[in-house]
Amino acid sequence: MNLFTEIGRYIIFMKYVFKRPERGRVFWSMLTREMNLIGIESLVVVILIALITGAVTTVQTASQLASDSGVLPPSLFPMEIVGSVVGSSSILEIAPTITCLVLAGKIGASIASEIGNMRVSEQIDAYEVMGINSIGFVSLPKILAGVIMIPCLILVSVFLLMVGGLIAAKLTGIMTMDQYVTGLRSSFVPHYVNVLLVKGYIFSFIITSMSAFQGYYTKGGALEVGEAGTKAVTRICVAILAFDLIIAKLLL
Amino acid sequence: MIQLIDLNKYYEDKHVLQNINANFYPGVANLVIGASGGGKSVLVKTMVGLETPTSGQVLFEEKDYHNLEYENQQALRREIGMLFQGTALFDSLTVEQNVEFPLLMFSEMSKEERMERVNLCLSKVNLHNANHKAPSEISGGMKKRVGIARAIALPIKYLFCDEPNSGLDPLTSRVIDALLHDITKEFGITTIINSHDMKTVKDIGEHIVFMHQGQKWWEGSKEELSEAQKSNPELDAFVKASF
Repeated sequence: MNLFTEIGRYIIFMKYVFKRPERGRVFWSMLTREMNLIGIESLVVVILIALITGAVTTVQTASQLASDSGVLPPSLFPMEIVGSVVGSSSILEIAPTITCLVLAGKIGASIASEIGNMRVSEQIDAYEVMGINSIGFVSLPKILAGVIMIPCLILVSVFLLMVGGLIAAKLTGIMTMDQYVTGLRSSFVPHYVNVLLVKGYIFSFIITSMSAFQGYYTKGGALEVGEAGTKAVTRICVAILAFDLIIAKLLL
Repeated sequence: MIQLIDLNKYYEDKHVLQNINANFYPGVANLVIGASGGGKSVLVKTMVGLETPTSGQVLFEEKDYHNLEYENQQALRREIGMLFQGTALFDSLTVEQNVEFPLLMFSEMSKEERMERVNLCLSKVNLHNANHKAPSEISGGMKKRVGIARAIALPIKYLFCDEPNSGLDPLTSRVIDALLHDITKEFGITTIINSHDMKTVKDIGEHIVFMHQGQKWWEGSKEELSEAQKSNPELDAFVKASF
């Protein structure tokens, strides 16, 4: 199947996703369940990754500045630059992109497998025969929950990346906490938060909608359900990186 | 009544349903029989709208199902119950919640009224004390019975059953057959059962459609079946092989 056919099928799929849900109260209960699964149950992994990545970025940036590159002597670099680099890169790249790539593996694979399993066990056919718009019924709560919760996880991630860097700075003694915080403050540009949120909303939509699409059109049995999960994660990662570039070009 | 008019279905260049014309009557157990690969499942899936015919019509009380507006098609689907071969129970819901699901989606009943209806449907299929079990915790025969209970939870006009006895022991198969027969008579619904079990034909079959190699090979009543075997070697071979 060529790329254009696949895109066409995805657009038709999205048309059915956004049809009005049959029953509001059922939809809300599904939405809250998905918000819990996507948001709360991903919190631990996001916290760990943010803290560790923040610490690593700080240590590596400091190490590069301290090494003699031959361009300028290390003594000419103020250590505040480390805080500045960690702050900017956390907001612009690490928090939205790395967090979403990790969530693509966790949430994307889970959604594709869950819907794929419903497809091969005829549960989706059962919805259809009952007169339910099965695409919207199984996908919309997941997509909406993702678009609400993933940007929140990204905001948590930004904060913890900076905290991780601060802890690393303190524990390794490569700079004072004042130097780190001064660096963070000096590099802060409010517009970067807009870029972060735009990326967050677009990436969360990509993760949830592409994985639901991949799962919905699964054919076969257990093997194909596993393949749907793998395919979904691969495609989501490529799409996230492509849109990362497009957004950076357009907004910066 | 459901009528099929010149129904054709192709999968790429494979002609799986060839010019099918058939009638399915209300208050009667209509059986679609034939060997595996004969087109029975595709026929039933095309009738319920899970497959789109390449040409031809499926008429529900003279309404052309596949040419209805989306909303009207969805409304018609709410009059259809279906028992799937693999039961298709929602595995994240309990037995009780599975049967309650259509009521929750399409009725204005209160919680108490829904529970009353759920318990009535479960008692109709002789399933007691399983309300809070997950589908994974019950046997194949019980799953089929939950599937039937879910299918009749709403006041349906048409009941489709895809291989209701597959994977069941002979005794449980007869229980399921008896249930389908009783439900058909009690509610006066049009029941279409896709089966290759001649015991089902013998026990509850009233109107029979025999499918062979994608074509409707023969159609008639159970009483006419033995006479038809004499002039129809394919039908004769299928019936004899089944016993």
